[in-house]
Amino acid sequence: MSAIGLDTPAPGAVRRSPGRRAVRRFLRHRMAVVSAVVLLLIVLAAVFARQISGHDPNATDLFATRTGPSGDHWLGTDSTGRDVLARLLFAGRVSLGVGVAAALLSVAVGTVVGSLSGLLGGWVDQTAMRLADVFMSFPSVVVMVVIAGVIGPSVTAMVIAIGLFQWPQSGRLVRGVTLSVREQEYVQAARAVGAGPLWLVRRHIVPAALPPVSVVATIAVAQAIGLEATMSFLGIGVQPPAASWGNMLTDAQSLTVIKTMPWLWLPPGLAVAVTVLAVNFIGDGLRDAVDPR
Amino acid sequence: MTERSEGTEPPLLSIENLVVDFATDDGLVHAVDGVSLTVRAGEIVAVVGESGSGKSVTAMSILGLVRTPPGVVRDGRILLRGEDLRTVTGERLREIRGADIAMIFQDPMTALNPVITVGQQIAEALRLHDRDLGKAAARTRVVELLRMVGVPDAETRYGQYPHEFSGGMRQRAMIAMAIANDPDLLIADEPTTALDVTIQAQVLDLLRTAQRETQAATILITHDLGVVAELADRVVVMYGGRVVEEAGVRPLFARPRHPYTAGLLASVPRADLDGELVSIPGSPPNMIEPPSGCAFHPRCPMARERCVEDRPELRDLGDGRRSACHFTDELAEGSALFSAEEAAG
Repeated sequence: MSAIGLDTPAPGAVRRSPGRRAVRRFLRHRMAVVSAVVLLLIVLAAVFARQISGHDPNATDLFATRTGPSGDHWLGTDSTGRDVLARLLFAGRVSLGVGVAAALLSVAVGTVVGSLSGLLGGWVDQTAMRLADVFMSFPSVVVMVVIAGVIGPSVTAMVIAIGLFQWPQSGRLVRGVTLSVREQEYVQAARAVGAGPLWLVRRHIVPAALPPVSVVATIAVAQAIGLEATMSFLGIGVQPPAASWGNMLTDAQSLTVIKTMPWLWLPPGLAVAVTVLAVNFIGDGLRDAVDPR
Repeated sequence: MTERSEGTEPPLLSIENLVVDFATDDGLVHAVDGVSLTVRAGEIVAVVGESGSGKSVTAMSILGLVRTPPGVVRDGRILLRGEDLRTVTGERLREIRGADIAMIFQDPMTALNPVITVGQQIAEALRLHDRDLGKAAARTRVVELLRMVGVPDAETRYGQYPHEFSGGMRQRAMIAMAIANDPDLLIADEPTTALDVTIQAQVLDLLRTAQRETQAATILITHDLGVVAELADRVVVMYGGRVVEEAGVRPLFARPRHPYTAGLLASVPRADLDGELVSIPGSPPNMIEPPSGCAFHPRCPMARERCVEDRPELRDLGDGRRSACHFTDELAEGSALFSAEEAAG
């Protein structure tokens, strides 16, 4: 409680909303700020992929396969003579897109299920939470392989599959927040003026859950990017010729490539690592910002 | 219910034989055990009793706010203009809450969401009942309401968060929220208990003005007899989940007809009489296993054998008075039970 006491503005001081105080705390977290800048650069690079690389990511050049970095191809070419830099940047769009989309999906599902579960209680709660247990106890990669096998590999299927396995985390979190919020007298007061369950979720529960959920969501993005890379590497994610960081790594399965052609695997590998790391640091910073202790 | 002599108009609210139980780890708590009471349009009824006497639970049941589980409304009817609120659900129930019946909560610190501005919270109460109300119109109305309840600088206050309000101001805001939709019945659950003594009088004044202006019947739940004397037209005294006495405020103060009421009155500190504070001996009954017979008998100075076995029913005494004591007639003759003078002497 002392933190609240310290943060309460002195009389006459400029009023600070809780949001602004959180931003200030986030900015004090150096790694998170650096990570945010790095991530921003990665996003910008992916958005302006064409302008930066100057190459078509799918244009093959069979006379220049697996050439090393040069003035024309900054990161060399791959086994069919495609520009690695162009592929790397375009792959960034796919990987980041899949990561964010899957995380958003999982958080959306988790928030709806978790809040209704906590608010309604009883059998709704029981069913939802057992379902969450089921999803959390399944080996996700194996099930994703099966899903890809049954309905065929596609970006949409992958986003849904990742989201499906991630929602229990935010779902449980939101349920917990709901359980504590619903006992608050202001919720009773809102009921007493005629608020229904959906109103309570929208006006009182989601705002209360948003800070911790944003942390979970950030971590979910990192996980989703990792899962996307895994699945694409295994050949059941993003399908060629479309590039993703995962399927670019597929090219690097031979020892020769690993030993002698680092431009083929180092950039996508680093891209995944740096992105996931940056997102995780941002998550850390967010956690400190929204949950000062 | 012969007090109908004042008019044949049916009561605004009538509670008949309400029974509410709570399941706890220790057993079933009989929080409300057959309460009946009526509220006529425009009157202020005080419900008085110690903590645990069932007064708040009764109020919560009216709005259907008893959490189930652990609470269960087992029996009884709660009629608002003839409509049984126990059978009302969904949209109609949400319509009644706020628009027909509004509630003022005990602790204004916790009854407002700390992360939503006070103005917005009151505006929401309005918009829940008028979906077409625009943001600007709602704002104008809220500022008007805040002015009405005596919040100075209402324009600025609209955009402030609850922590920027003092306790008294917050309670004013809660009252504004409660009267926002011009309800016919206000339920005020210990509206001044959480406030500083200096603020209490102001809030009571405000409640009285608000009540006069809105003409809303009011159920005032309190354990503070000073508040009762100040505001109420009629008093319902509860003990152990039951109504033990009901009377107009003057007759009740002049001559209580139940020993518990007499004890309550005697334990009010009085400035005009020095001497020790009188208290009712013993502690409130265990509502998991209520005492046999009259729930008050273990603490009652008048208790006799009959009280241990035979539970007294609430009897009509005429003049709109009711009492649940076998020996209420003895009290009518004025034998003082808990006399402050006696204790002093």
